[in-house]
Amino acid sequence: MKTYVLACIDGSTYSPAVCDAAAWASLRLEAPLSFLHVLHKGQEAKGDDLSGSIGFGAQESLLEELASLDEQRGKLAMERGRQMLLAARERARAAGVVEPEGRQRHGDLVQTLTELEAGVRLLVLGRRGEAADVASEHLGSHLERVIRSLHRPILMTPPEFSAPQRVMIAFDGSATTLKGVEMVAGSPLFRGLPCHLVMVGGDSAEARAQLAKARKTLEEAGFEAPAVMLSGEVEKSLRQYQKDQGIDLIIMGAYGHSRIRHLLIGSTTTELMRRSAVPLLLLR
Amino acid sequence: MKINMQAIREEWFSNLRGDTLSGMVVALALIPEAIAFSIIAGVDPKVGLYASFCIAVVTAFAGGRPGMISAATGAMALLMVTLVKTHGLQYLLAATLLTGVLQILAGVFRLGSLMRFVSRSVVIGFVNALAILIFLAQLPELTNVGWQVYAMVAAGLGLIYLFPYVTKAIPSPLVCIVLLTAFALFTGVEVRTVGDMGALPDSLPVFLLPEVPLNWETLAIIFPVSLTLSVVGLLESMMTATIVDDLTDTSSNKNRECVGQGVANIATGFLGGMAGCAMIGQSVINIKSGGRGRLSTLLAGVFLLLMVVFLGDWVARIPMAALVAVMIMVAIGTFSWDSIRNVGKNPKSSTLVMLATVVVVVATHDLAKGVLVGVLLSALFFAHKIGQILHIGSSISDDGLTRSYSVVGQVFFTSAEKFIASFDFKEALQQVVIDVSRAHFWDITAIGALDKVVLKFRREGTAVEIIGLNQASETMVDRFAVHDKPDAVEALMGH
Repeated sequence: MKTYVLACIDGSTYSPAVCDAAAWASLRLEAPLSFLHVLHKGQEAKGDDLSGSIGFGAQESLLEELASLDEQRGKLAMERGRQMLLAARERARAAGVVEPEGRQRHGDLVQTLTELEAGVRLLVLGRRGEAADVASEHLGSHLERVIRSLHRPILMTPPEFSAPQRVMIAFDGSATTLKGVEMVAGSPLFRGLPCHLVMVGGDSAEARAQLAKARKTLEEAGFEAPAVMLSGEVEKSLRQYQKDQGIDLIIMGAYGHSRIRHLLIGSTTTELMRRSAVPLLLLR
Repeated sequence: MKINMQAIREEWFSNLRGDTLSGMVVALALIPEAIAFSIIAGVDPKVGLYASFCIAVVTAFAGGRPGMISAATGAMALLMVTLVKTHGLQYLLAATLLTGVLQILAGVFRLGSLMRFVSRSVVIGFVNALAILIFLAQLPELTNVGWQVYAMVAAGLGLIYLFPYVTKAIPSPLVCIVLLTAFALFTGVEVRTVGDMGALPDSLPVFLLPEVPLNWETLAIIFPVSLTLSVVGLLESMMTATIVDDLTDTSSNKNRECVGQGVANIATGFLGGMAGCAMIGQSVINIKSGGRGRLSTLLAGVFLLLMVVFLGDWVARIPMAALVAVMIMVAIGTFSWDSIRNVGKNPKSSTLVMLATVVVVVATHDLAKGVLVGVLLSALFFAHKIGQILHIGSSISDDGLTRSYSVVGQVFFTSAEKFIASFDFKEALQQVVIDVSRAHFWDITAIGALDKVVLKFRREGTAVEIIGLNQASETMVDRFAVHDKPDAVEALMGH
């Protein structure tokens, strides 16, 4: 089966950026593009009938009432989603993607993505969904769950996306980022772009050796790969470096499995995801 | 961990406003019911009220169906009457603990899935019988009383059903109770009140062990009661869970619900409450009032206790007539009126199963017996119906010496007689060919019938050849699971 780029859209302000990022990735990877809109039925009830009385056929009439309410909401949401998918496909087509697909599924976002995971090469998501408060700095409630439950690379976009010109790998010598370096080296996604290797803290002979090895891997694959060793707080240093060098995409491992790594890297992941003004490519 | 956090947030806090309001509505509706069911069981109202508080709170955390209301119920109360009468409250508390243990075991061994043998007709019969029993339980309050009581019940019912047309912002059963209580106090009319029925809670419940001797004799007394209690409790809980599933278009964890009911009953036994289970009527009220999450169940229990403990003096003055009106409403709301309307449309066997369930329950006051009868009857009817799917055709050869029979359909214990009767043994033939490749032999009765046919032909001097016996008896294997693949089903059905 040919794997594809899957982009999740909803009505949020992130959708156009997601669309652009997905189109860019799809063209670079030469993989088909598929847009996904998940219809999630909330459990919020209207609750304006507090009469507490049940009469003849209470259960049947309540079922009928609730079903028709869901039906109306469902139809509206489905139609809205269809329009969004149409717009997204149009936008992707304008960007040069041939035959982008659109699909709609009912259910929970994470569960739906888990079901579709097998065919996915890259998942593209906005930092927040439409339900989340735009003003807040918090991440969408689904995001961390999605990242934790999927085992595919995830491209997370800020509200604006433009094709990256200079990327960097947040390198920590862990198995995930080592694999990430190989993935970047082997993938057409960033071919031809300078790829900085940045390691923060833990300056030691071993770390330097790992960094050099990673650099060699990238250079052998034809990348221009300056490697630097920074000190200081991980998240801050990375962002500072990103600004100074005009880097417009960060590649990093996300939520390692061990507890200690969760404490160290996990928090960095969340911090970076929260603050980053550039897209992040999260590797599992 | 993080994934669970998300589920917890969804199940608890995704519907704060609706859950809070509906929790209050349900708490108000639970008070009269808990009192009424205590009276049915023959214990003080506080036993039912503590039970309702405790069961609601525990199932909110441990249950498998968010938004479902569990508390002291009529179905369970009816099963305790004899035990309470002959052995007293302490034995009831011990039986409640044992019920909890049995229900946890049922959950651990995943017996919730046995519910699939309970057909829809039996469920409707159960629900209707329950409604009738709740109604019948109100009759003692309506016999040998003055006309004032009748007038008050009628006024109460009027208020309950008509007040929602004025406003739906206030629970109409509450209006009924408040107005009737005020009326009774104001006019000083002599009617029975809740306070006359026994002690009400005057404090928060305390942990206590049932005062029963721990020996085999006690076990022999409580075990049969506990067994029926656990079966009926789980049955009603599973049915209610399915109803809530349908109403909210979500799914529930049935085995977790079994364990949750068990834990709740153990807790209530230690707090001096009677055994309970999920309530159909209250759960419908909860969903109708906008309750969806676990919070609604928790708040229903908490509000109930607060109101009863702090307003205990006022609760004692509620006239029984108001309670009766509320309970009649519950009976009417629980009864499946569609089942009466659809009598003409449904197959007669379904109606018969439903009626048999109702009759047995009303006669024995034991929902477990009714369900057992209903399940057995539906199985019999089903076996009978499937036995009809059998056709045996035949053709004779040109020389008139050989007849070929072809058997299509289901051969098992109910259709074996018909199978044998379809062969003409009196016909003088040299050879008979029986093609059974498109028939299914489900059990040894079917194989026995075939042997009998072969033997009978042989005794007439006719040679018998059987074609396709291997395919036909494939259905004999007990491992039905192998048939769930499309090609296996295709091969099995022979078309």
